[in-house]
Amino acid sequence: MTESALVRARGLTRRYGRGGGLVRAVDEIDLTVPAGQTLAVMGPSGCGKSTLLHLLGGLQRPTGGRVWLAGHRLDTMSERALARLRRDTVGFVFQSFHLMDELTAVENVELAGLLAGHSPRRARRRALHLLDRVGLAERAGHLPAALSGGQRQRVAIARALCNEPLVVLADEPTGNLDSAATLEVLRLFEDLRTAGQTLVVVTHDTRIAAVADRLITMRDGAFADDSRLATAVTGPVGDGWR
Amino acid sequence: MLAMLAKEPAHGYELRGRLRAALGPLGEAMNAGQIYVTLTRLAKAGAVTSERVDGSPDRPDRRVYALTPAGQERVTAWLAEVSWPKPDLAEFHLKLVAAATAGLADPVALVDAQRREVLRRLREAQRAALDRAVDPVAGLLLEGVVLRLRADLDWLEACERMWTEHGRTVRS
Repeated sequence: MTESALVRARGLTRRYGRGGGLVRAVDEIDLTVPAGQTLAVMGPSGCGKSTLLHLLGGLQRPTGGRVWLAGHRLDTMSERALARLRRDTVGFVFQSFHLMDELTAVENVELAGLLAGHSPRRARRRALHLLDRVGLAERAGHLPAALSGGQRQRVAIARALCNEPLVVLADEPTGNLDSAATLEVLRLFEDLRTAGQTLVVVTHDTRIAAVADRLITMRDGAFADDSRLATAVTGPVGDGWR
Repeated sequence: MLAMLAKEPAHGYELRGRLRAALGPLGEAMNAGQIYVTLTRLAKAGAVTSERVDGSPDRPDRRVYALTPAGQERVTAWLAEVSWPKPDLAEFHLKLVAAATAGLADPVALVDAQRREVLRRLREAQRAALDRAVDPVAGLLLEGVVLRLRADLDWLEACERMWTEHGRTVRS
């Protein structure tokens, strides 16, 4: 495996049910995502794209095949080691934000750092820096309920970046957002792309897909089309987000 | 171009500046030659007149163009016109039908290839629209381009569903 392949899968498979009710959600997929690439996965509902993302991030275990993240093999890893690897290596962004309602924006972001064992001071500094990067420095003390959908998703993205993840995995990040809020997220993803952040995003939204370097179309659990929209940023990772 | 002269007479280079400001990034490809060729044609058609004025050394262009009454009328008529360019989807649709019925190619693969191309254009337009430096009025034009391309992508998705289903029926 080459040094720069951050995410790699061979024959990756996830089946549900058995017999006549057998569903191949992900069907023998081979994939290599080099560092610095932004990849969008599109496809009709039920094509297996969310399952694929969960397998790549170690949120679900495959029923067949192998998957590596930053050189570590996930499918044979213990639960405990997997949880640690997820925490240190992956930033997750979900459609429904998954913020803690009783914590302020900055507390939500720093929580990821605290769980990773960083000192409260360091975690707070990092969280404030990231909120500033996503344009929400003024909103740091607000509870999620006092934020718009777009702002909540930006807090969630800041949280995903808290532990300097090698890869950000996003599942329909604009699925719950209106057009203006989508634009905010779009701008942020474009900034991340130019900063060299590796990003895999599963989406229905053609606007999000259009900012990616590479687009994969999935059908029936398999890749139907894999194309480069542009060459990936290959230089050293920009330090703007670090 | 005539409408850009409606406010007041202008030199060719001023006209170019007005058009560029209105079109934003989409107007960058426009060169001075195109402006002067068009102005000459409009003068022949009697829509504009021009007169020489004293130029300065850094402004060798000494002609100032103005609308004639006929040009004014054309601007008024143009503003009242409601024609709207139709996107031509029939050709691509026929391509898919021909590919499927004659077995020439997999229509779903044609949809994938077309989607790549439209996404590439969407990417360019979106990049330009996201640029914080774009003037909001010029940005409105880019937004229109983005919205149209997204509509094309929605339609391609409908095509994909239809021809995937068709492929399954034929195979079974």
